[in-house]
Amino acid sequence: MAGSHNINRRDFVKLTTAAVGTIIGVSIGIPAVGYLISPALVTSNSKDLWLPVGVLADIPLGKPFPFSFTITQVNGWERTANSYGGFVIRKSDADDDLTILSSRCTHLGCQVNWKEESNAFVCPCHDASFDREGNVISGPPPRPLDIYTDFKVDDEGKLLIHIQES
Amino acid sequence: MWKKIYEWLDERLGLKSIYDSTLDRPEPRGNWWNTLGSASLFLFILQGVTGIFLSVNYTPSPDHAYDSIQYIMTGVSFGWLIRGIHHWGASLMVLVVFIHMLRVFITASYKYPRELTWLVGVGLLLVTVFMGFTGYLLPWNQKAFWATTVGTQIAGSVPLAGDFILKVLRGGSSLSALTLQRFFAAHIWILPAILVALIGVHLYLIIKHGESQFPDKED
Repeated sequence: MAGSHNINRRDFVKLTTAAVGTIIGVSIGIPAVGYLISPALVTSNSKDLWLPVGVLADIPLGKPFPFSFTITQVNGWERTANSYGGFVIRKSDADDDLTILSSRCTHLGCQVNWKEESNAFVCPCHDASFDREGNVISGPPPRPLDIYTDFKVDDEGKLLIHIQES
Repeated sequence: MWKKIYEWLDERLGLKSIYDSTLDRPEPRGNWWNTLGSASLFLFILQGVTGIFLSVNYTPSPDHAYDSIQYIMTGVSFGWLIRGIHHWGASLMVLVVFIHMLRVFITASYKYPRELTWLVGVGLLLVTVFMGFTGYLLPWNQKAFWATTVGTQIAGSVPLAGDFILKVLRGGSSLSALTLQRFFAAHIWILPAILVALIGVHLYLIIKHGESQFPDKED
């Protein structure tokens, strides 16, 4: 073979087989690798949501106003709907003078309820209680209720809270 | 360096003799029709590889089977390609295996000493067809559902044992989640295992006896 431009039939067939085999291998191998690693390459489609809670004027002063919303997470062919809730507590007429608490107990995640007679949020699971600012009064929770700090009132007077969907 | 590694391996594994007896064995004069067996083997490997990749994202449950395939088609990179190859490769494999069998029949290659190769080959054709039949249900769409309803009913029309066969195929008297799970197990485990075993015997017999000479005027 060395120094010769001629190639015998046997080597030609070997070479062609190797070349065609490589082409087939690469053209299936690259998509196959892409197929396996594609979930890691999807850029996180986390959405910024401004979720309407209600018209601010309709929310009573001083009294915790409950709201709830559902966020659906899609993982491939599976959809999981998670419910969330909270309370808006207006302290004065001002647009920004309010506290928005999550109703998710910081102990084990049960939904707390407002109890007017004890002036506290009470968790039905372990009887924990929180005050109007979300601070723990009694019970096992390790920290105060979560607070939605990012909120705004739009032109129509609707109160919106900012949700970061992962 | 590579030569040294190769020689070390060859001395212990006998690579040269494997190569000589499988890929470099003497052949009678033939033509392209002789390559259909290798084509069938290639398609089987292709189906195996693409099938393994599909199983990464497919789930054999009536709730999610259809949706998981929609996800493969639209949500995963190259999912459409992997499934497309598996889908068309399945039809092509049945076709190629059948034409291969036809060639063996026409050139009378099934005669002594290759009767067993032929018999194993008939088994391979049947298993290939069953692979097609079980795979057809997995998308769990209307076509799949009714094709399997009819197909299993046909199997159920066998005299005496019909009802028994129908129930074994469906995992009960009606087509249900049990049928889907059963067909999935058959499609990815039971039938491929049989197929691999039969291919092994088939290849051994071909290498042992060599390919047959085409018959001429005297034969």
